[in-house]
Amino acid sequence: MKRLLLGLSLLLMLVGVAHAAIDTYEFASEAERARYRQLTEELRCPKCQNQNIADSDAPIAMDLRAEIYRKLEAGDSNAQIIDYLVARYGDFVLYKPPVTRRTLLLWYGPAALLVGGFMLVGVIVLRRRKAGVEVSTGLSSDEQQRLAQLLEQASQDRKDP
Amino acid sequence: MRRLILLLPLVIFLGVAVFLYRGLFLDPAELPSALIDKPFPAFSLPAVEGDQLITQEDLLGKPSLVNVWATWCVACKVEHPVLNKLAAVGVNIHGVNYKDDNAAAQKWLSDFHDPYQLNISDPKGTLGLDLGVYGAPETFFVDAKGIIRHKFVGVIDETIWREKLAPLYQQMVDEAGQ
Repeated sequence: MKRLLLGLSLLLMLVGVAHAAIDTYEFASEAERARYRQLTEELRCPKCQNQNIADSDAPIAMDLRAEIYRKLEAGDSNAQIIDYLVARYGDFVLYKPPVTRRTLLLWYGPAALLVGGFMLVGVIVLRRRKAGVEVSTGLSSDEQQRLAQLLEQASQDRKDP
Repeated sequence: MRRLILLLPLVIFLGVAVFLYRGLFLDPAELPSALIDKPFPAFSLPAVEGDQLITQEDLLGKPSLVNVWATWCVACKVEHPVLNKLAAVGVNIHGVNYKDDNAAAQKWLSDFHDPYQLNISDPKGTLGLDLGVYGAPETFFVDAKGIIRHKFVGVIDETIWREKLAPLYQQMVDEAGQ
């Protein structure tokens, strides 16, 4: 009985914790709610690095959600809110980093590798083709003449047996 | 020429190996601060004890460490004795009590000794937000002109201080002395 009670009270405590993680905000319009959703899903939590602000239970994510809500209510644009966070936490909070000199490789590296790969394959195929022709005619001009003669003869033999 | 092309896979492998090996020693939890070489953000917050208001102006004049801490922060307790030692040898340290209960903070400071020159109370975490704090303890190196020069996230221990942080602090002191 005691154990049961203990288990129950533990369960109740868990319920409390799970409940605390959900914050309730009232939005003036659906559009605003959608913007809040989009922003919190696009921004990365600085503490728990592989979660966005919307999903994270870290206190800092909670603070940032509150701050984003406050700024939305105050009428700030998405760009203003994102700039505000980048000024404090750096480009790290963006899941989609801006194109700068430092991120050029990140943005265009894969495409460059792909194009490079295709070019390499192209060069190899072309070379093979050329090399293939050369191998099959690896005969001297004398030999080639003889071959032509033999072929000629063979076709004539076939014509009049 | 042919021979050199045969070496290509080895070269690529070595390149990748060097990258991955370096990756082993990088700490992904360490974020570069966006505030380096920027002025300390403006604030006006009460002291942990008494009702004196502290602003960013109070940080000017002398290089300092601004240590963000809280009583709920377990790692801060580990760091605290080190800060006490640094304060004892004359390092100028200010504290930001981050999202904490004032009474608990006062008790902590009287129980474990107070290494801070200024004790800034930031119960709502507004200064923390402006500083880009994402987990205590964090320590900012602020020069005599109030510019943030460096940020250290995590517990300062004696080795880290000696090898990494003391030269940075010394540099700020030297610059201020010129």
